[in-house]
Amino acid sequence: MNASERFFRAVETTGAWLLALLWIAPLLYAFWAAFHPSEYAVRFVLTAPLTLDNFVRAWDFAPFARYFLNTFILVTSILAAQLVLCTLAAYAFARFEFPGREIAFLLVLVQLMIVPEILIVENYGTMARLGLVDSILGIGLPYMASAFAIFLLRQTFKTIPRELEEAARIEGCGRLGVLWRVYVPLSKPTYVAFGLVSVSHHWNNFLWPLIITNSVETRPLTVGLAIFGAPESGVDWSMISAGTLMAVAPLLLAFLIFQRQFVQSFMHAGLK
Amino acid sequence: MTSSRLNQVYGWLLLLPAAVLLVAFTHYPTIRTLVDSTFSKSTATRPARFVGLDNYAMLLDDPVFWQVAVNNLIFALGTIPASIGLALVMALWVNGKLAGRGFLRLAYFTPTILPMVAVANIWLFFYTPGIGLIDQVLGLFGLPGRNWLGDSATVLPSLIVMTVWKEAGFFMIFYLAALQAIPPELKEAAMLEGAGRFTYLRRVLLPLLMPTTLFVLVNAVLNSFKLVDHLFILTKGGPNNASSLLLYYIYENAFSFFDTPYAATLTAVLLAVLALLAAGQFLILDKRVHYR
Repeated sequence: MNASERFFRAVETTGAWLLALLWIAPLLYAFWAAFHPSEYAVRFVLTAPLTLDNFVRAWDFAPFARYFLNTFILVTSILAAQLVLCTLAAYAFARFEFPGREIAFLLVLVQLMIVPEILIVENYGTMARLGLVDSILGIGLPYMASAFAIFLLRQTFKTIPRELEEAARIEGCGRLGVLWRVYVPLSKPTYVAFGLVSVSHHWNNFLWPLIITNSVETRPLTVGLAIFGAPESGVDWSMISAGTLMAVAPLLLAFLIFQRQFVQSFMHAGLK
Repeated sequence: MTSSRLNQVYGWLLLLPAAVLLVAFTHYPTIRTLVDSTFSKSTATRPARFVGLDNYAMLLDDPVFWQVAVNNLIFALGTIPASIGLALVMALWVNGKLAGRGFLRLAYFTPTILPMVAVANIWLFFYTPGIGLIDQVLGLFGLPGRNWLGDSATVLPSLIVMTVWKEAGFFMIFYLAALQAIPPELKEAAMLEGAGRFTYLRRVLLPLLMPTTLFVLVNAVLNSFKLVDHLFILTKGGPNNASSLLLYYIYENAFSFFDTPYAATLTAVLLAVLALLAAGQFLILDKRVHYR
């Protein structure tokens, strides 16, 4: 390495680290405010005492336990429905010949562009007619048939050699047996990738849940957090930071532990 | 029944459950939006009636609509090139041999997995006049602070900065995946030919990354229209609609002003924008970029 290359490398490393520090600064600040008494929320002195008091106050201030439960039910029911419905649909598109298949596939892909967020007005009307306003099912239903999942799984299923399917058929597997014994197990990386993307998306989703819920019994964490952080509840940065950290903690922890898996899943999902 | 006939029935049966939900929550509401946009608002004394394109005429005369449309354009132009450019730089750094690249990748990607609402809560403090972090830092250099979110001149740029921060790491992932698929021999060959780093970047890497750029671009454009979560926390579209975006204005009309036909008319405009985007993507795809 010559001198000019070494110089460039040094500049780049410095730039990369500065940017990285800038990128985690908001999170670092949230940790600072959450673990120190309120009077230190805007004063950064190293001798500030540590405390868990903000977490206790935040937990008492809003029904976080209920919000956690709601989000957990929401995220798992969406994922479970997506896995079943989209696996079946993707299998149909990948391995069955039926009239209207191409046009049906194009119609599925429409949802990649016209995401449910855009259609909040009409979907609210539909939910009202179905009597599903203010229910967890009402939050999840528009997302359960995911064009993204169907597309991803179809691409994966298509790469699986047909010989494996024929072998299983000779062994006596029916069509669903083949799907369950051959296609699903061989597509595990795609399922993991989609699962992580789906869970993080719906854990964080806000607009539609905000519209369709109006009680503590159904509200997910994000909506609870928005009410919690509203200026009407008095601006207490330490408590808001503590509440915010609690809301993101499960996902953040999972991400830190399974970092490689997360990054690879997002990559995998984006490449297909 | 012949076996191929049976297969056809099987195919449709497998597709059916997903198809029902897709039709109910994507296709039906899309069509219903267009229909509703041609009806008047129903009141207690008068039911809705067909008004043709009256709602669209009203929209053209609505100064707030134009302001929101311009805001959305500025928001898109402010966030898209910056986040894509940063994403590329991040990916090149993380893909290289810099010290601590595991940490760098983690730091860049972290905003992606945080909910926008939570992030907005934290950034709200950064932008608070006087005691907020940005004003404190400015104060260290003797510069005056300002009301970042309360001033119509600075509110949109402030939101743009936060959105770029939120999105760049997500787009980085796709560039990183593409970079890892490029064989290292390519770089060696280019260096042997005497190409410098920037020539290699411009003549070899960027063209190879073209499909990724297009993919990211489409996602970024889509995000600039569907991402309004932060407005609920930071500005509620204010001051004086200076930070309102199209989807937020739709939300206000539907759920604050209870004007469903006008909300449907605005949604129809948004759908038209997305249709144009889809058509544009299709054309560019056809012409220039080769997908694997």
